[in-house]
Amino acid sequence: MSNKVKSDEHSSAHGHGGRHPRLVHHFDSMEQQNEAGNFGMWWFLLTEIMFFGGMFTAYTVYRHMYFDAFAAASGALDIRWGAFNTVVLITSSLTMALGVYHAQMGNNKKLTMFLLLTVLLGGVFLGVKYIEYSAKFTEHIFPAASNFQWPPYEKPVAGHAETQQLADPVFTGHVKIYFFLYFVLTGFHATHMIIGMGILLVLAWQSWKGKFSKEYHSYIELFGLYWHFVDIVWIFLFPLLYLVDRHL
Amino acid sequence: MSEHIVSKKVYYAIFAALLIGTALTIGAAFINLHNFNIVVALLIAAVKATLVIYFFMHVKYASRLTKLCVALGFIWLFIIVSITMTDYLTRGWFTYVP
Repeated sequence: MSNKVKSDEHSSAHGHGGRHPRLVHHFDSMEQQNEAGNFGMWWFLLTEIMFFGGMFTAYTVYRHMYFDAFAAASGALDIRWGAFNTVVLITSSLTMALGVYHAQMGNNKKLTMFLLLTVLLGGVFLGVKYIEYSAKFTEHIFPAASNFQWPPYEKPVAGHAETQQLADPVFTGHVKIYFFLYFVLTGFHATHMIIGMGILLVLAWQSWKGKFSKEYHSYIELFGLYWHFVDIVWIFLFPLLYLVDRHL
Repeated sequence: MSEHIVSKKVYYAIFAALLIGTALTIGAAFINLHNFNIVVALLIAAVKATLVIYFFMHVKYASRLTKLCVALGFIWLFIIVSITMTDYLTRGWFTYVP
């Protein structure tokens, strides 16, 4: 008799009014469970806004104080890489959004594919960031460089004995502040992407194993929020870091 | 499930709008608008961010509670930046005469 009741409970799990097996006991319905998860994720994103907000505030203050140095330093970044990475990240947001769409449709294969595509685009972004960072390291323009100089260090050409004309130390110090903010902001942004890519790989694995369904896919949805947030941070970073006073 | 499913067409349209926004930002940066370069850059970025939040992040279809929560984040950010800048922007307005 008790066995019979159990099997009845199980068979009604997917039926109308029955409890979905993924519905935890303290929620009344899947809808309520999803809504609570969504709300919680947004609160987490608020702390993330505050996290990046502090650095954006520091940027605003120093850009206001040392605008000329910021304009000069910004010119040392390659707009083409910045623009390319912006497009890559926007595309990865699209693939993530399409991933969520296929999760909602219960199409696990396409979900897995779009999650992996998003990881791939994240990898491209980080690859470009690596190229940009190493260029700055070889030019000695990073905050901790003992031989930091402005304009950037140029390899002496054979036969030309002339030395580089350097900016005055105060101005160079202001340029250094720009690069400090550049590395911290893009560094933390990249850290968020690396963490995101790790989670994406786990989600792709789980989706391949068939964990998600039309009714149960809130992890995908919530992770999508995180990924789009990281995209938004870059949408602001690109003009603020790469496009200071480019018209000169 | 009463969950709102955004159609693929909407996603592609937003994607196109974001690409256009990126092109506009770069174009605007090379035009000399004096002090308004930063205003234009931030306006375009804000529009792009709003599109992402509204459609990619489904806030357009979310509950009013979620909408309030999202708005709060940006209101607090605005408070942080603006109150900090009331200090830095007003320095040197008055010179101290002993």
